[in-house]
Amino acid sequence: MNVITTELLTKRFGTFTAVDRVTFEVRRGEIFGFLGANGAGKTTAMRILCGLSKPTSGKAIVAGHDVATHPDHVKRHIGYMSQKFSLYEDLKVWENIRLYAGIYGMRPAEIKAKSAILLRQLEFEDGRDKLVRSLPLGWKQKLAFSVAVFHEPRIVFLDEPTGGVDPVTRRQFWELIYQVADRGITVFVTTHYMDEAEYCDRVSIMVDGRVEVLDSPEQLKKRFRATSMEEVFRHLARGTTRS
Amino acid sequence: MNEKTTSGASLFGAFTHKEIRHILRDRRTLLILLGIPVIQIVLFGFAITTEVRDVRVGILDPTPDVATRHITDRLLANDYFTFAGLFSSPAAVERSLRRGEIEMALVFAPSSPGRITRDGTVPVQLIADASDPNTAALFTGYATNIITAAAGELAGTPEESPARLLPEMRLLYNPAMRAAYNFVPGVMGLVLMLICAMMTSISIVREKESGTLELLLVSPVRPFVIIAAKIVPYLILSGINIATILLLSVYVLDVPVVGSLFWLVLVSLLFVLVSLSIGIFVSSIVRSQVAAMLISGMVLMMPVVLLSGLLFPVENMPILLRWTSHLIPAKWYIAAMKKIMIEGAPVLYILREILVLVGMGILLLLVSWKKFNDRIA
Repeated sequence: MNVITTELLTKRFGTFTAVDRVTFEVRRGEIFGFLGANGAGKTTAMRILCGLSKPTSGKAIVAGHDVATHPDHVKRHIGYMSQKFSLYEDLKVWENIRLYAGIYGMRPAEIKAKSAILLRQLEFEDGRDKLVRSLPLGWKQKLAFSVAVFHEPRIVFLDEPTGGVDPVTRRQFWELIYQVADRGITVFVTTHYMDEAEYCDRVSIMVDGRVEVLDSPEQLKKRFRATSMEEVFRHLARGTTRS
Repeated sequence: MNEKTTSGASLFGAFTHKEIRHILRDRRTLLILLGIPVIQIVLFGFAITTEVRDVRVGILDPTPDVATRHITDRLLANDYFTFAGLFSSPAAVERSLRRGEIEMALVFAPSSPGRITRDGTVPVQLIADASDPNTAALFTGYATNIITAAAGELAGTPEESPARLLPEMRLLYNPAMRAAYNFVPGVMGLVLMLICAMMTSISIVREKESGTLELLLVSPVRPFVIIAAKIVPYLILSGINIATILLLSVYVLDVPVVGSLFWLVLVSLLFVLVSLSIGIFVSSIVRSQVAAMLISGMVLMMPVVLLSGLLFPVENMPILLRWTSHLIPAKWYIAAMKKIMIEGAPVLYILREILVLVGMGILLLLVSWKKFNDRIA
């Protein structure tokens, strides 16, 4: 079953075609790596899938709803975490959870019970009443991710979620991603780190607004006779016409 | 449907709660916001004053007689002037002026008795330190009036000079010519603009910078709820500030509220809404808090100070600046406030100001809304 289906999805800004007839599917519960160099169009494509931007032409169905005609329905069923870590620094951990959960219509009692479980799982019960500002970056990112999936969305979009953290924390972060995927939540992730691309079930690589390849990391490496995703990526990026 | 509306209302509550938290946790900013009106009123009321008091006067009177003494006494009897020395030569007067020991000199010509002629001319000279031209013009004006009156008393009875016209001035609404009547409405305009426009824009742009706004836009919450919730705490703060300014002006500066308090508050709220829309508009065109602060501070505050009539009369400005001043919401608000507070004018007299403010508010909101939607598309 597919949670994302796009058909010739296109976005033009004036004469510039940021996203060029992109067609792909993302299956339920998979970890989908969405790669591409800067300016390849992945942020624009992701904004369309999240209902933040309307496609110029083509179609995208996310969580069973058309993003162009029913962005509000789409928004109800997705989670999102951006490269900028985005919890409120001057609110407490618990206040952040309550605010975001409330936005997705969760009942106060439900929020209370679930956040207790979440904090126990993260082994972060002491942090409940701390201001987010006082936490180390690694914790902030783990929390931001937990908040993004707190309302059990069908898909969570992660826009370069591990930027600027050390490898150990990154590894821990990916443990969380695996747990979430096991719960049946689809993970749609963009990243700069090619070692992270190896962790994905399937990856797509965008070049000049088009999805150039889409397959599992193993298949891609086999096809390009490469030893790592890094090599695959460099091979494809060589063909770019945009700098 | 019903469930949707209730959840909308509770969401609005949750967001308002969050906004109030933001403000309460930022103690320093809160303190500044609440302190600003007090500081402004105190500054304008006691420090920055355009009224003239205690001008130091030197006297040069080579041949004193009844007439010169009468004029001198009359001048020094006035509150505005204090005696600062008797001089014996014009050179001494000049030295003293240059050193700043005196600000004005009253110089009589050495002459025979009967100097004050029947046609009322007085051979007397006022020398003033005009390095601050406004002040010098003001106090030489006062002095001239006093001397003329004193000379008139000496010249004798009206029958002897039947052709003399003596205009009698009546200063309406502010008989004591107190500056407070002018600046209290001005400070209200300034403070409300500062809090509403600057703080709203900064608080919205802060969420842009931190990325939280993006997170909210990806969520099902309506942008209207986010913005409306942002406005609420600043509305409350503005209310507190209006109350502070009014209480200070009535009980500390003795500026009475002559007109209707109801309309005063209502027009103030209208201006608050216009300022909030300016804040929302600014936040829609800038990306960083610094830019928001600069635009609010320089592009919005400076014209309010310079062109709203708070410090300088707009009527004397070049036509281009006068036109520009019409674009400044605070100008209309301050004008309306003066009419209500000081003149006690009925609301019909400020209909034009009210309509202009309403129009500006609607325009700004429409433009911001359009900009916002452009960003989404």
